Amino acid sequence: MTTTLRHSPSRLSSLPWDRVIPWVVPAGLILLWQILAQVGVINSRILPAPTDVVQAAIRLTLSGELFKHVTISTWRAVVGFLIGGSIGLFFGVLNGVSRPAELLADSSIQMIRNIPHLAMIPLVILWFGIGDEARIFLVALGVLFPIYVNTFYGIRAIDPGLIEMGRVYGLGRRQLFSQVILPGALPSILVGLRYALGNMWLTLIVAETIAASSGIGYMAMNAREFMQTDVVVVAILLYALLGKLADSAVRWLEKVTIAWHPSQKLK
Amino acid sequence: MTYTSYTPTQSTNAISTHVWLNGVTKAFGDLTVLNDFSLEIFPGEFVAVVGKSGCGKSTLLRLLAGLETPTRGEIVLDGQRLNGLNAKARVMFQDSRLLPWRKVIENVALGLKEQARPRSHWALQQVGLDSRANDWTTVLSGGQKQRVALARALVTQPHLLLLDEPLGALDALTRLDMQRLIETLWQEQQFTALLVTHDVEEAVVLGDRVIVIQEGRIELDVPINLPRPRSLADAEVNRLKQKVLNQILNY
Repeated sequence: MTTTLRHSPSRLSSLPWDRVIPWVVPAGLILLWQILAQVGVINSRILPAPTDVVQAAIRLTLSGELFKHVTISTWRAVVGFLIGGSIGLFFGVLNGVSRPAELLADSSIQMIRNIPHLAMIPLVILWFGIGDEARIFLVALGVLFPIYVNTFYGIRAIDPGLIEMGRVYGLGRRQLFSQVILPGALPSILVGLRYALGNMWLTLIVAETIAASSGIGYMAMNAREFMQTDVVVVAILLYALLGKLADSAVRWLEKVTIAWHPSQKLK
Repeated sequence: MTYTSYTPTQSTNAISTHVWLNGVTKAFGDLTVLNDFSLEIFPGEFVAVVGKSGCGKSTLLRLLAGLETPTRGEIVLDGQRLNGLNAKARVMFQDSRLLPWRKVIENVALGLKEQARPRSHWALQQVGLDSRANDWTTVLSGGQKQRVALARALVTQPHLLLLDEPLGALDALTRLDMQRLIETLWQEQQFTALLVTHDVEEAVVLGDRVIVIQEGRIELDVPINLPRPRSLADAEVNRLKQKVLNQILNY
């Protein structure tokens, strides 16, 4: 009985409803937005119609402006992430495996971690001016701590029984690290990576809107000056898209590197 | 793929270890776990150690593995004093301690440098799990995990196999299978075996000797000179089991 139902020739029931239904609400909202904007309920100075936003996106793409800003923003994000991420990973691993290093450095790092890094902006501008160094510094600071904390606790949370087993089975210190400690900590490190990427974009948005002459944030602030709300919305959507891309990249990385982990079997 | 032409080296040298504990005392702070403990285990012998929890039987095993160092006394293996980790020994733990991020075969190959693949397939064949070589360990049952752990222990052909309640977490039927498997592999490969268990039946079925430890000392040392494989239905097995049980319970 069930098989005949599933292979029903009707086109309606052959649609993958599980994939369609989650899009019903967002699509409906956009449609509503479009209608309200067109009949004039929503002033285009407050919120432009979706079609205007799409037109703005096309215009900016064709002029090459969009590509320029996205490239410079991505460059800042990547450089800041690489600097902050490697510092966080280094200290996370070091303090995770070495008790003396932890005693020396952990509480200091935890103290600095508790300063909201965006509160440092005035100071950072004084230090670096309003150049890219300031923005990269802030991004690095925002990325460092999630990576550090999750690497550190990931290593500490490894079953000591596995480490003992590794020793009995003749693994040297290096092998123990590469075959037991690092893979064991990887799920936690990847959680840290996700947080870090979220922080990365957030920091960049703030840093670019405050003081910049290029980048997506600058594009948005500049458009605000000229009341180009459509461009502002494009900038916001761009940030959302880039954030989503970064998150998908981590998901892919999880799929490849920790396929064994219980979290991967839920999907 | 699963077929392997690997045949283990049967060297003419000793393939089993002679173990001698000479007046070993192990204390953790004020707590003395083993007290002036002496024991000799002959090459190829299967010794089963039983006792209540906290009697020091697991400490004995950890000392032999080199995971603990004696407070006093010495451990001598084949005439050489044990210093640091025991390279001749492999331990099978109660929890299988397989690495979940490695496939079954990679777990067995842990720490192997030469011929890792064929040797691991050989070891998996010994425990009857070669067909699962490329599975994740997380999909295996408890008994299968312990069989993989056994293959990992045997892949290097250790001279001394230390079994730390390896069947404690398994159900009764799986446990009987595993006992038979361990016995068969021990007979084939002739390593020295030390089994720590709280299951008196298991000790009597598997051991050449059963040792009862109480408060860090050997209180009973019974040889079990019965033909293998032994059956629980055997009257003599039951008599010895009662003897050991009485010693533990009436202490």
